[in-house]
Amino acid sequence: MADTLTPVLTDNWGDERSWTLQAYEGRGGYGALEKALGMAPDAVIEQVKDSGLRGRGGAGFPTGMKWGFIPQDNPNPKYLVVNADESEPGTCKDIPLMMANPHVLVEGVAISSYAIRANTAFIYIRGEVLHVIRRVQRAVKEAYLAGHLGKNIHGSGFDLDVVVHAGAGAYICGEETALLEGLEGRRGQPRLRPPFPAVAGLYASPTVINNVESIASVPAIVEHGADWFASMGTEKSKGHGIFSLSGHVQNPGQFEAPLGITLRELIDLAGGMREGHRLKFWTPGGSSTPLLTEEHLDVPLDFEGVGEAGSMLGTRALQIFDETTCVVRAVLRWTEFYKHESCGKCTPCREGTWWLVQTLAKLELGQGSESDLDLLLDQCDNILGRSFCALADGATSPISSSIQYFREEYLAHLTHGGCPFDPAASTVFATAGASA
Amino acid sequence: MTAGIDEKTWAELEEIAARYPQKRSGLLPMLHLVQAVEGRVTPEGIEACADILGISAAEVSGVATFYTMYKRKPVGDYHVGVCTNTLCAVMGGDLIFERLKEHLDVGNDETTSDGRVSLEHVECNAACDYAPVMMVNWEFMDNMTPDSAVRLVDDLRSGKEVHSTRGPRLCTWREAERVLAGFDDGLADEGPAAGPASLVGLDIARERGWRAPSGSASGSTGGVARTKEGAAEQADTSRAETETKQEEGK
Repeated sequence: MADTLTPVLTDNWGDERSWTLQAYEGRGGYGALEKALGMAPDAVIEQVKDSGLRGRGGAGFPTGMKWGFIPQDNPNPKYLVVNADESEPGTCKDIPLMMANPHVLVEGVAISSYAIRANTAFIYIRGEVLHVIRRVQRAVKEAYLAGHLGKNIHGSGFDLDVVVHAGAGAYICGEETALLEGLEGRRGQPRLRPPFPAVAGLYASPTVINNVESIASVPAIVEHGADWFASMGTEKSKGHGIFSLSGHVQNPGQFEAPLGITLRELIDLAGGMREGHRLKFWTPGGSSTPLLTEEHLDVPLDFEGVGEAGSMLGTRALQIFDETTCVVRAVLRWTEFYKHESCGKCTPCREGTWWLVQTLAKLELGQGSESDLDLLLDQCDNILGRSFCALADGATSPISSSIQYFREEYLAHLTHGGCPFDPAASTVFATAGASA
Repeated sequence: MTAGIDEKTWAELEEIAARYPQKRSGLLPMLHLVQAVEGRVTPEGIEACADILGISAAEVSGVATFYTMYKRKPVGDYHVGVCTNTLCAVMGGDLIFERLKEHLDVGNDETTSDGRVSLEHVECNAACDYAPVMMVNWEFMDNMTPDSAVRLVDDLRSGKEVHSTRGPRLCTWREAERVLAGFDDGLADEGPAAGPASLVGLDIARERGWRAPSGSASGSTGGVARTKEGAAEQADTSRAETETKQEEGK
């Protein structure tokens, strides 16, 4: 049984100048790359498959299997693209990871590229995080100078070029095919699949797209072995993951733990809810994952446990709201976000998210009627599963789950003639003990 | 050569395009460089990108108008963002944004008359454990309050040196855009490795002696799917599942 917290990727975040090559190599960094270069590429893929690592960007698809889909007989170049477009509301793990420990990502990129036989890799970082971009740019430059990237890496004959690419502000580019469009210098609009990126991705060539944390998990798997990784976590959800607690807890922050930890344990580690308040609702993995409540405090936070509870593990972005928070306000704001970020390609999403905002905004002002709740659910039904990508699906999650758990609160807006909550009470600078 | 874009910039735009196997991939960073030089995406900058990439100005404009970081009118030397996505809004972002609009006498996406500060509400910037969050020229300003926000913009307007709460001293918006275009400004080593919230879990682990298992630990992955269909069943999005099955069925 592993410890409650298992720092691996976060282990050096407190070190002096942890982002430098010197500090990273001082801890044995790039040793896993050396080891991987001594293995056959397929053996590296097998090892990652054996570890049970599942994608850390939300969907949880097995990483090694994704690599295995690359058709090695395809004559085109193969590409690795790291999705560092962290933008899902509530998600804040990859940004501090790249800020404090960029070399673990660069080492992961080198090993993963070797495994899939890519000689060019891209790290697509959202543009709105300047210092993170500086740190990753610097790490890549240092790695070139030290011979961890470039020609004939460690004398192995393997060549790899890495390009750090800054985005320009678009949530949708976190969707892998929209990201590829952005990386090809186009508007970030998702592509219809099939063909899948593994077959026809960047420049219509075989491409693997992985989340930052997935790629960063690879060096330790190569170093310590698949069994080591699999000794953490639950039956079908293996390994360590970064859990991000935000909102109404005493000490919000990052907690790297085996998958399967519960929110009750995490809130306890975060010093409890803020004083005098109790948990009302939370997202397990960002705003696109259906809301959960106090009754789900003991759900194991792994892919299966959260799925059984009616939501999704997503990015382990645990946004915690106490009883001072109006759920209608919270959901309306997320819905406005999805409306703003809809790329406009698919009609159900482009028009549907607009209609959701209209209906919700009226309800928040207390101007609708009870039948508007059915209207909302009907709108969700007409949006869910009807677009190229999952943005629209995500837009419906907070709405349908909040109506499921908090129908009375929606109705209270109607009887009250507006929002019955005081927004000042939910702020972090509210006087202690303030209530709604 | 297009008027308005000098030779040095033209050469740098070409240099960006040359980083990629296909030069059009350079368009996003090229537009960042246009903003660094011109202060916004200008018609001249669009023409230059189009010429270098061999695509039409309309195609470049189509891209420039899609992404929110590209500005068609000038922003301030310090572009201030206030996160008003749900979590930050609830934690105080809404009040901060209202206070700043009033204090600066500007609306959303507007610039103060002295050209020093522009204000915009932004979406989630991936720092929720530091809510309420503000950004200045895309550097983190963590754990803000209405009062600290007012002090911040006053300092920026008066030309005082300001540091990100977990980053370097703030540069101007144009200088920041140059970094986004891929040109090093030498500031990577400034600031800490991590802010306090990033270290909460690590500090507890240290205190209690918790660590990842030793290298000899072993476990079984018998439960994790080894087939494409099984993986799709287990994966978290019904969408991924449908897609994989579709591919199988074709």
